[in-house]
Amino acid sequence: MRDKRMTPADVVAELSDGMTIGIGGWGSRRKPMALVRAILDSPVRNLTIVSYGGPDVGLLAAAGKIRKLVFGFVSLDTVAYDPYFQKVRQQGDLDVTELDEGMFQCGLLAAGHRLPFLPIRAGLGSDVMRTNPELRTVRSPYDGEELVAMPALHLDVALVHMNRADKHGNAQYLGPDPYFDDLFCLAAKRRYVSCEKIVDTFEGPVQTLLLNRMMVDGVVETPNGAHFTSCAPDYPRDERFQRLYAEANWDSFADRFLTGGEPGYQEAVRAWR
Amino acid sequence: MAVTRAEVCVAACADLFAGDGEILASPMGFIPGLGAKLARLTSEPDLVLSDGEAYLLTADGRLEGWMPYRKVFDVVAHGTRHVVMGANQLDRFGNQNISAIGDHRKPTRQLLGFRGAPGNTVNNKTSYWIPRHSKRVLVDAVDVVSGVGYDKPAGPFHHIHRVVTNLAVFDFGTPDRRMRLVSVHPGVDVQEVYDQTGFDLPRDGEPAITREPTEQELDLIRTVLDPDGNRDREVRG
Repeated sequence: MRDKRMTPADVVAELSDGMTIGIGGWGSRRKPMALVRAILDSPVRNLTIVSYGGPDVGLLAAAGKIRKLVFGFVSLDTVAYDPYFQKVRQQGDLDVTELDEGMFQCGLLAAGHRLPFLPIRAGLGSDVMRTNPELRTVRSPYDGEELVAMPALHLDVALVHMNRADKHGNAQYLGPDPYFDDLFCLAAKRRYVSCEKIVDTFEGPVQTLLLNRMMVDGVVETPNGAHFTSCAPDYPRDERFQRLYAEANWDSFADRFLTGGEPGYQEAVRAWR
Repeated sequence: MAVTRAEVCVAACADLFAGDGEILASPMGFIPGLGAKLARLTSEPDLVLSDGEAYLLTADGRLEGWMPYRKVFDVVAHGTRHVVMGANQLDRFGNQNISAIGDHRKPTRQLLGFRGAPGNTVNNKTSYWIPRHSKRVLVDAVDVVSGVGYDKPAGPFHHIHRVVTNLAVFDFGTPDRRMRLVSVHPGVDVQEVYDQTGFDLPRDGEPAITREPTEQELDLIRTVLDPDGNRDREVRG
């Protein structure tokens, strides 16, 4: 079996300008933040980001990496709004496809199943249809009900963070929620999984093995790699640090934490603490 | 100890779930959360409640089920749910905005996003909780329709039940499904409700007074559900 271990820099070297990148996790929960920070360190730009948005979106927006965002919300959970995303949006600097969060799941599922669309009721009557004029409805051939034809959300790349993985790409979540990380991987051409720890043998219920190696192209060991989002049960959200992020001036935050690569980041966080 | 406004609001939120039976109650906000728990401890013992993340918990805090986000979307589509959402803006037909203020392409204020509001409102029972009733929230027209109102084509399962604010309770029981006043909370001047609402409310005699919580409910609110009085942070007075 193939050994798929990589570094964050290896992953980013496979990205190119203009790609569509799906980011797993949810809000400020189990986000692949070490991989996001690696993108910040790279010259890659003009990205289309597809995310149940949290500080992943805020960081990439602040750094000017996003051309277009596909999202249902952007929130830091305990802080209602991400200030960097807010600022970029209010400057009118972002193309957006803003969806109902169930439509978002539906679009990932359609892509994973190689279908052009899936029908869903969510979106009808709302401004999801007005603000995304390319969306079409479809009429049931059985009873005539009109539904939204949610188009497949095809991804060039998926980035997700799990608690454990083996070097072949089998991967496990140990917290209470898988979020949609499996759907992100199925919707993408190239799939990269960072994890807290690479293991030879998995412990825990078989149902926690969310990803199998057919769904993964690269495995990156990044301890504390979801920081400052939560990665239960390995660690909770770093609420104090998240507040610092949310209240900081971007340049000073970036200078202090984002100039030394991932080891520099983790060291700067330890020093701050 | 006199009944506070927050306690009246908690009981009004509990009453939202009257008759709901065995469905998922999804209250957003602290006071609706207390209301749902209060309903489960009194009149609606079969209500299903989550911890706000992925666990379903019994009234005494024991784990009874698993409800990660992907399963929440199944429940939404199935319709066995009553959500109480907040609103940055809400209009007379119950259109709600939590997405953005101003032009959606370049908002003057970016808010949360559509979140689940479009899907919630066309699939399951929906109510709203407005902790600060004002013309800024209760507007003539919302800037972005996140939650779908009664003047839109919304399919067979659309049902906006009620709106509870810090001043009053509303429903949509008029012939053309406009919002109307059901009751004002004890001590609130009806004129204040009209003055703080950014659209005309139908005037049909004197509105009722929102009921006060019972002794049993007050005891549950004060000693079991919110002994630290956090409810007073969401609603004062």
